[in-house]
Amino acid sequence: MKPDFTRNHFELLGLPVSYAVDAAALDRAYRDLQGRVHPDRFAASGEAERRVAMQWATRANEAYRTLRNPIDRARYLLALKGYDTGEESNTAMPPDFLMQQMEWREAVAEGRAARDPAALERLRGEIEDSRAEMHALLARALGGDRNYDAGCSLVRKLRFLDRIEAEIDDALEALAEGAGGAHPATSLKGHD
Amino acid sequence: MAYSEKVIDHYEHPRNVGSFAKDEDGVATGMVGAPACGDVMKLQIKVGAGGVIEDAKFKTYGCGSAIASSSLVTEWVKGKTLDEAAGIRNTQIAEELALPPVKIHCSILAEDAIKAAIADYRKKYGEGEDAAKKAAD
Repeated sequence: MKPDFTRNHFELLGLPVSYAVDAAALDRAYRDLQGRVHPDRFAASGEAERRVAMQWATRANEAYRTLRNPIDRARYLLALKGYDTGEESNTAMPPDFLMQQMEWREAVAEGRAARDPAALERLRGEIEDSRAEMHALLARALGGDRNYDAGCSLVRKLRFLDRIEAEIDDALEALAEGAGGAHPATSLKGHD
Repeated sequence: MAYSEKVIDHYEHPRNVGSFAKDEDGVATGMVGAPACGDVMKLQIKVGAGGVIEDAKFKTYGCGSAIASSSLVTEWVKGKTLDEAAGIRNTQIAEELALPPVKIHCSILAEDAIKAAIADYRKKYGEGEDAAKKAAD
């Protein structure tokens, strides 16, 4: 059995090339593939066979990791369709979306300065709601709608939500440790 | 991450932090964001008679390099015409702040922010003052 590097992650795991992935089926497919290619099974084989098995196992791990995470899966599927999500290069997000990010980041800074973990948890709930909404839109864009531009935009947006949740975690951790405060460039209130 | 002295200076003493009132005359806003790191930057310019940028303010949620890049740009654009300000390149910002390769995207964000602010100004006010300035030169 030689690794076929032309097969994509979905094909490798025997799954349909689709954003909608059944988590249980994905786990099953991965365990099945791992069972067949795990290096332990080739311990008694020759060096060449062991090396091939290792390559398979590495590919299987990468495929599973990518498909298990919705954002990674979306980015991967979009790349298969010839779309670049532009996460490294596209800075022109919709103004209302960026304004919302600004407000959320400001709210994190305020919650931190006011040492108010409850406010930070409430904010996290709001962001989780927004995330769920975006995931539903992403499933629709990459599913029936086949609107890959919208898919790219949603992947970019979701990256901002990851960041703000990391900021909330940071703030809560700092409060738990008794630290606080925020950088002046981000905590000063403007006129608007 | 070892920050350069200039980055630390801008980070610890950011210039021109804040906002103008949205309806203030001659004010335009550029907002940009970097998905890869989640940084968000708002840069505002206040353009006076003759199409010269009189004042600039910023607010950035991001790392030290992103804050320093936007702080530096608000200093640089003051006294410049819109065309001059539009000529600021991220490479100049990166060079001035001695940004390492992994932080170049922060300088790109700052360049995109000033361009977005200029585009917003031109959308709001047209080329009027700028054109008047050119005619007078």
